[in-house]
Amino acid sequence: MITLFYLAGAIAIISTVAVIVQTNIVHALIYLILSLLAVAVIFYVLGAPFAAMLEAIVYAGAIMVLFLFVIMMLNLGQHTIDQERSWLSLRGWIAPTIMAGLLLTNFLYVMDGIDHGVEPTRVGVLEVSVLLFGPYVLAVELASILLLAGLVAAYHLAKKRD
Amino acid sequence: MSLEIGSGLTIGLILLTVIVVAALLITVERRLLGFWQERLGPNRVGWQGSLQVVADMVKIFTKEDWVPPFADRLSFVIAPAIIMSVILLSFAVVPFAPNIGVVDSNVGILFVLAMASLGAYSVMLGGLSSDNKYALLGSLRAAAQMVSYEVFMGISLLGVVALSGSFNLRVIVEAQAGGWYVIPQFIGFVIFLIAGVAESHRLPFDIPEAEQEICAGYHTEYSGMKFGMFFVGEYLGLVLVSSLITCLFFGGWLGPGFLPPIVWFGLKSMVFVAFFILLRAAIPRPRYDQLMSYGWLFLLPLSLINLLATGALILSSQ
Repeated sequence: MITLFYLAGAIAIISTVAVIVQTNIVHALIYLILSLLAVAVIFYVLGAPFAAMLEAIVYAGAIMVLFLFVIMMLNLGQHTIDQERSWLSLRGWIAPTIMAGLLLTNFLYVMDGIDHGVEPTRVGVLEVSVLLFGPYVLAVELASILLLAGLVAAYHLAKKRD
Repeated sequence: MSLEIGSGLTIGLILLTVIVVAALLITVERRLLGFWQERLGPNRVGWQGSLQVVADMVKIFTKEDWVPPFADRLSFVIAPAIIMSVILLSFAVVPFAPNIGVVDSNVGILFVLAMASLGAYSVMLGGLSSDNKYALLGSLRAAAQMVSYEVFMGISLLGVVALSGSFNLRVIVEAQAGGWYVIPQFIGFVIFLIAGVAESHRLPFDIPEAEQEICAGYHTEYSGMKFGMFFVGEYLGLVLVSSLITCLFFGGWLGPGFLPPIVWFGLKSMVFVAFFILLRAAIPRPRYDQLMSYGWLFLLPLSLINLLATGALILSSQ
């Protein structure tokens, strides 16, 4: 199990890096999907099958499809690849790399003392639902109001005006 | 090694059977279509055309496997692999018989839905990477169609989930010992059937690959075995939807004891496969906007009402 965790984690990190450095936008998107699926595997290994499936259905399966759908309509060609390449110059990498490296050292230092008891507690569908419709019911309702507002706004924007 | 859930022998046999059945369906469909349309269909190779699939396979394997120079190579090559892998992976959670299956998963239905939504990438990447206007139009249609019908597919199953109290397909089958779910969940069954046809883009809903309008849609540029994988993938999807309907609404392997459970499962699934083929022979293709408005304006409210009614009935009977 712990090997699976590290394997999926490595895939998630590598593919996320690939999303950033990849200049072809469709390839970058494929790596992003891969990264989300790797995160789903991590959820599964850590004992949260419901969260894993939702990650795969909602993020990898629905939201990324919409991203790809938009890219298909934009008709991006070689010029966007050239533009990406000119933006990803070496000079732009220096400052973020140093800062991210500092942050990583910081993080490793803090994590060093903690006992990593990877004892997966299985959180099934039932446990999640009981929490969602018990103590967190207000948050669920607020989220649904937000989604409704988004729906109404999208309807208004897409409506034909004569 | 013996026939039990998850043993190597079982997994191998399931994989082999599913692929062979899907390939055989190519011949069966052509013969059945011929029968229903009062013509002969392929009947030359082997007894009654039974070896037609071998001839087709030889032809497909020996064709040149060509990648167009203007295509985006990575996406072009992985697109047919995606459809085959996600559908074969979905079979992992299908309970074929009490002792035959790959995994006994508590999130079985969700896994199938996740794989179905990943299947959309196959047609989208295939069409986008081909750099061909017909392929692009086909995959735009496919993307919109699959994303829309996934929604009702998921909601239509929730009635069954609520009745059986589990996402586990094995538990759902066992819960139907007292009566098949097709009776209390008839609306859910019909919606799932329609969404299933749309997800596997079979004929009434084969708008992404409508020959008369857009050549072959998203696989216009494909040839050889890459085309073969799209082709067999479609039949695999047909088998998958049929076996899911059997498990969810028609009691899976349950049946009178004079036949073994796996035979009951196979027979029920084949009835639905034949029904899908008949559907292809009987119903013409709707227009694209008709398909979309039918889904969002009719099927979505219907599936929501079905879910609410099921929930109310379950609550009132407690």
